[in-house]
Amino acid sequence: MSIYLNSDSKIIVQGITGGMGAKHTALMLDSGAQIVGGVNARKAGTTVTHKNHEGDDVTLPVFGTVKEAMAETGANVSVLFVPPAFTKDAAIEAVDAEMPLIVVITEGVPVQDSAEVWAYLQGRSTRMIGPNCPGIITPGESLAGITPHTITGKGPIGLVSKSGTLTYQMMYELKDLGFSTAIGIGGDPIVGTTHIDALEAFENDPETRAIVMIGEIGGDAEERAAAYIAEHVTKPVVGYVAGFTAPEGKTMGHAGAIVSGSAGTAQAKKEALEAVGVKVGKTPSETAALMREILSA
Amino acid sequence: MDLFEYQARDIFEKHGVPVLGGVVATTPDEARAGAEELIGGGPDGVVVVKAQVKTGGRGKAGGVKLAHSPAEAQEKAAEILGMDIKGHTVHRVMIAQGAKIAEEFYFSVLLDRSNRNYLAMCSVEGGVEIEQLAVERPDALAKVAVDPIVGIDEAKAFEIVETAGFAEDLKAPVASVIRSLWTVFTEEDATLVEVNPLVRTEDGQIVALDGKVTLDENASEVRHPEHAELEDKEAADPLEAKAKANGLNYVKLDGEVGIIGNGAGLVMSTLDVVAYAGEAHGGVKPANFLDIGGGANAKVMANGLDVILNDPQVKAVFVNVFGGITACDEVANGIVGALEILGAEATKPLVVRLDGNNVALGRQILADAAHPLVTLAETMDGGADKAAELAHAAATA
Repeated sequence: MSIYLNSDSKIIVQGITGGMGAKHTALMLDSGAQIVGGVNARKAGTTVTHKNHEGDDVTLPVFGTVKEAMAETGANVSVLFVPPAFTKDAAIEAVDAEMPLIVVITEGVPVQDSAEVWAYLQGRSTRMIGPNCPGIITPGESLAGITPHTITGKGPIGLVSKSGTLTYQMMYELKDLGFSTAIGIGGDPIVGTTHIDALEAFENDPETRAIVMIGEIGGDAEERAAAYIAEHVTKPVVGYVAGFTAPEGKTMGHAGAIVSGSAGTAQAKKEALEAVGVKVGKTPSETAALMREILSA
Repeated sequence: MDLFEYQARDIFEKHGVPVLGGVVATTPDEARAGAEELIGGGPDGVVVVKAQVKTGGRGKAGGVKLAHSPAEAQEKAAEILGMDIKGHTVHRVMIAQGAKIAEEFYFSVLLDRSNRNYLAMCSVEGGVEIEQLAVERPDALAKVAVDPIVGIDEAKAFEIVETAGFAEDLKAPVASVIRSLWTVFTEEDATLVEVNPLVRTEDGQIVALDGKVTLDENASEVRHPEHAELEDKEAADPLEAKAKANGLNYVKLDGEVGIIGNGAGLVMSTLDVVAYAGEAHGGVKPANFLDIGGGANAKVMANGLDVILNDPQVKAVFVNVFGGITACDEVANGIVGALEILGAEATKPLVVRLDGNNVALGRQILADAAHPLVTLAETMDGGADKAAELAHAAATA
């Protein structure tokens, strides 16, 4: 088991012929993920060829539309490497095609576009992860995104994080234990899948024994997650929050990572999590140590 | 990006929001000319000289003054220009036409992160601090959710004015102004449009007397090249400007340990870890946030190092890279290359921690170069501690 993604997931790539799309299609194939094709309206009918994890050439069809790609390949996941100006339309196309899961890697999407896509998703069957995220990995089974698959393997820890490289750092710190699924939800003000969604899924995943939740400054997602944990999560959760030294009013890289007035500080998030019994590490290594204690108990 | 009031006024005007005349001035002479333009030489004219700063409370700080003639406007502008308001130096004033105010209201529409939609807020009690009103008299502040696809159509605009409790005869004119403000919000890709106060003048006009607009920088990048002109270039730190020109994500902070990393989350975390490590080394702090991003190559690394080493406050540098997409050998080559270019100018110690993609090769490149300024660290914590120690040693030397 795992959440959202497993060895049966059949993945297409929207933007498979672009620079990022091509590079990460190759890396996803190398991880052993089932990549079954791609979409680019202007290159419909062509193919792209990459090597899979066994070193064999894999030739993938490029379709004109998501709908066609799904009909021909049975794809149930789409990863988007589409430039920010076109991300909204590409996402809506996938939602209209009733793609069960879309993973939007694209950075720099206008927030009003994300708000529109989110509103459009309501009452429809698609789950969106991202935008501006590293995607999702179920080690040893599948990868939909840009997380390096070589850091660690399968294990009992579920991880949810706003940040890509912090996810990698945490996976690396706990590489001997391994992960059920690691999901990067993205650092934008509006994202499709939240900490709470991931916590709920990990709670229901028998393979996940404990959860690491990584947050950062900005918004109140961590505070809301804390309230959710108190009510609904029985598995142990370890937390980490980045940005204690961030000054007010300065955006720290992610569009959503900004302290506004008294809201969104790392301290407030840490306190909210600790108030519901989540152990919060001061650093990634301390957080990893807390997780080790829990799993060895 | 937050806009100045005069920029918000211009944008309001462009989208049909009723505003009063306003002229921006950077010198007392310009202020006089602006007032001349607005009220002429007539005896009855009044203008308001308003400090243009991106912070609240300027009225209380003495940054807003009435003037009854162009000469007085010049005088008041001379008083206000150069003033410090909550750490913001006043570089500009706006000369605004005076208005005879009958009533003051409040309106804003903003991105609501928690609910992933927009929120319109409106009150018939304007002019006050809205945070205070929200706490003290929450019933007086109407909060209406706005669907991002439907937006503020006529029905929604009327729902807002109804909920806020406007008098019958004001509902239609206020709703109409709200529709125009919604146009500003969507057409300009704002995350906040606030009018406080929105007023009814004695002659019955509804006018936006002050405006606060925050633009979404992602959208400006993607589809509003014209927004580049709205940037406040004077306020940008010279190092921040240089970093931006090189496409680097850099924020200058007040500290001694320069930081370079990849990925916003890891860099934020590195800042924290360095600050904790600094507690044991004379209280040294991180000097900056610098994210070289995913897939950064040697050139990007060299550009980043160039910005950091030019910060005179920096005493030591910590490079913390976890190679996901970024290859550690590229980072190592960037460091070696940058140090070659800088030559004798490079005098600050560098602590480098590399892990992930191609780490063995990256470490080998640095070991082979054996540059006297570079120290390799095994872990993030160890690297932070070493960099803090070196920065403290250099600062006290």
